[in-house]
Amino acid sequence: MMLCKLSLGNIKKSFKDYAIYFFTLILGVAVFYIFNAIDSQTIMLEVTSSTREIIKLMTSMLSGVSVFVSFVLGFLIIYASRFLMKRRHHEFGIYMTLGMGKGSISKILLFETLLIGCISLLVGLGLGIMLSQVMSIFVANMFEANLTKFTFIVSVPAIIKTIGYFGIMYLIVMIFNTISVSKCKLIDLIYSNKKTEKVRLKNPILCVLIFIVSSCFLGYAYYMVTATYGTLETLIIPIALGCVATFFIFWSLSGLLLRIVMSLKNFYYKGINSFTFRQISSKINTTVMSMSVICIMLFLTICVLSSALSLKNSLNANINELAPVDIQLMKSLDMNETALEDGYSIEQIEDSKISIDETLEKLNFDSYRYFKDAVDVTIYATNELTVKDSLGAYYETSKNIYPTIDYTTAESIISLTDYNKIAKLFHKEEISLNENEYAVVADYDSWVDIRNESLKLKTPISLNGKEYVPKYEECIDGFVYISSNHINAGLIVVSDSVVQNLPREQEVLTANYNASNEEAKNEIEEKILALNEEAYASNTTISGSTKISIKEASTGLGAMVTFIGIYLGIIFLISSAALLALKELSESADNKNRYRMLRKIGVDEKMIRKSLFTQIAVFFLAPLLLACIHSIFGIKFCNLILNSMGTDQLLGSILMTAGVLIFIYGGYFLITYYCSKWMIEEK
Amino acid sequence: METILKIEDIEKYYGNKASLTKAIDHISFEVKKGEFISIMGASGSGKTTLLNCISTIDRVTSGHIYLEGKDITKLKGNELNKFRREELGFIFQDFNLLDTLTAYENIALALSIQKVSPKEIDKRIKEIAKKLNIEDVLKKYPYQMSGGQKQRVASARAIITNPKLILADEPTGALDSKSSKMLLESFENLNKELQATILMVTHDAFTSSYASRVIFIKDGKIFHELIRGKDTRKEFFDKIIDVVTLLGGNLNDAL
Repeated sequence: MMLCKLSLGNIKKSFKDYAIYFFTLILGVAVFYIFNAIDSQTIMLEVTSSTREIIKLMTSMLSGVSVFVSFVLGFLIIYASRFLMKRRHHEFGIYMTLGMGKGSISKILLFETLLIGCISLLVGLGLGIMLSQVMSIFVANMFEANLTKFTFIVSVPAIIKTIGYFGIMYLIVMIFNTISVSKCKLIDLIYSNKKTEKVRLKNPILCVLIFIVSSCFLGYAYYMVTATYGTLETLIIPIALGCVATFFIFWSLSGLLLRIVMSLKNFYYKGINSFTFRQISSKINTTVMSMSVICIMLFLTICVLSSALSLKNSLNANINELAPVDIQLMKSLDMNETALEDGYSIEQIEDSKISIDETLEKLNFDSYRYFKDAVDVTIYATNELTVKDSLGAYYETSKNIYPTIDYTTAESIISLTDYNKIAKLFHKEEISLNENEYAVVADYDSWVDIRNESLKLKTPISLNGKEYVPKYEECIDGFVYISSNHINAGLIVVSDSVVQNLPREQEVLTANYNASNEEAKNEIEEKILALNEEAYASNTTISGSTKISIKEASTGLGAMVTFIGIYLGIIFLISSAALLALKELSESADNKNRYRMLRKIGVDEKMIRKSLFTQIAVFFLAPLLLACIHSIFGIKFCNLILNSMGTDQLLGSILMTAGVLIFIYGGYFLITYYCSKWMIEEK
Repeated sequence: METILKIEDIEKYYGNKASLTKAIDHISFEVKKGEFISIMGASGSGKTTLLNCISTIDRVTSGHIYLEGKDITKLKGNELNKFRREELGFIFQDFNLLDTLTAYENIALALSIQKVSPKEIDKRIKEIAKKLNIEDVLKKYPYQMSGGQKQRVASARAIITNPKLILADEPTGALDSKSSKMLLESFENLNKELQATILMVTHDAFTSSYASRVIFIKDGKIFHELIRGKDTRKEFFDKIIDVVTLLGGNLNDAL
């Protein structure tokens, strides 16, 4: 009972120290709940079954991300509780001199953790439940669904999950605390607040050297991710290089910064600048590791948030351009017995001999009634003409830059008449060719670059033993298949006579729905989807994509990416800001003595406030600054990966990210400043 | 000699009406320029409270303190800081050096907050370091110095601004006897050579014996006063011990 009383008293007494920790825990719990409750929040939305599927996928991905998030939060909590423990060593020392055993001290800590855990869970869940109601509106907006009826939803599974995850985290904290108490020595505990800090100035030459070397490595890492077209595997080296370089930059920076300031005698010996910069240097010096981790977390936040937001925006922006018609049906043609090995059935192979129209008839679908503006084209492909062949002399160079491309793929070929029919329908530029000429149509940026190089070299291609030369020195912008992204890697257009003897690959039927309004279009869409239920459906390889489904998929994908981005971004942001704030505040006790000294020798309050502000500002800005530099290249890389999605919206999303960053990170900064100011004030 | 500090009937109460503690109970005395005064008393006699009131760290309940004719009990806010910065020098029992700064920087801080130029700072630190024999520790951090060295650095910081009054709170409290002796000899030097006015609070008879005048305080009141005059230090020390005995042997650790 006595122990409980002590714990309660402690929490009350050190509420100032705990405030930020508490606040962060509550935020963490709330965010965790909100994102795990999305599943339940979407129940009241009126969405199609395909959107429902995407929501299902999203919630399962979010719960996967939650595991990762719980690791991040777990580390934060352990780290934070270690800080707070240190603050109280002296108190524990007193208990022990009074004859209290380590077991009892552990019990006090246990009780405190339990209490803090319960309260933060309770408050956090309350806050989460409140905010998740607002979230429903946001979710509806993201999925472009109608919020037909608004109901107050409390997700029980999400509550249980939150309690479970955080319960485990608190349990681990308890174990850590117990271990660290059992390792303590009484003498260290009692004199813990008497220990003066040992200041060791680093060798300036070594600092400069390490700074230069790590900057070079960082530059090289930047070069690696942006200049070459990397895959995810080759990314590991620059990432590792970047992390190590970040660590050493902070390591050398603390020494370097102080040296530079010290050499500016007029600045250093002005007011209490010498004190301010010594404080900053010692702070960075003792937190090199956490600074690096925070920097990398901030970097991830910026990249994830801005990429996710821009992806969402550009996905929606592209659809009207990239899916200008209502439906497209594709069917493989002229399959032979070897297809059996690939898992096709005899019936399917039989079906591949007939046209799409004939197949639709067998499916009892009246294409003349439901379709208009129909265009039927044929795509050819032959092993005679692979990507390697069409790149010609440029192949070797391309192989070095883009080693991951499969150069043995057969090129898709289309006749001039067929392509022009499609181009006309899509409102794209129509082309004309001579008998001995060919053209390339593409819109995937990286591929356009590759093919343009080869076209500049006037690379000839050969089909059926005859040679053809490119008419244009660059790719024609266009596509045949509708989609949400620029994914046309290249299509060879040749004169009609050339394709006659080529093996047919696929028939593509492109059409608009014969309907005047959205409702009628949706009805036709439902009929198309119902074709899967027809008896003949399993006998055909026919597949299709519709504008409505593309739109839904890309809206869903955009929403999914955005949610995950925001989830991770917020967690990373509050974790890193909380780490900095806790570190700063946990030192306030030591600092209080220093400021008292300064006051005694007559330093103005104004000077002290200015010094404190500078210290905290530099402490918060240092990792942010490096993270911003990282992000410039990180976002560039993300763009390279996502460039098929279009990047028109990037500026807007970066501004939004900056807004979120300033709000959360800046908020923590201000709270830290005011708390510190409050703590060092003499009453 | 002109009067530099005049304390006029000051009182300091702690607590409320139900339980009132009179830490200082009607004390008055004057300090002349160039004096080296020691205030002696047992723990709880009110001597540190007195020093805190003079240094404006604490406020008196009633009465006035004049420094060169200016009433410092009327100062407020930043005036207090300015006053402490420009008129006073402090020396504390636990040195109060900033542990993140070198000895040089600690001393420089007292000047830089008065906006003295770095060149001037450098010149003055070198001068004072020679006088206090701390030239070889200027580059060291507090944790690398002995107690005596730390206290001499703190003294250097206190007097480098040429304050009107140097206040020392148990300056030898954390020092061994050899360091104490060295420090007190430097105090004597400062007092004689630079005409520095020093007001020191201690419960140690040996430390007090270096002063030119000793004021004894008991229960917040002045109990007795001794003036050294032409006595040797040993003779003065014996006189102090006599008074301490008279005080009731409360200063057990006087020797």
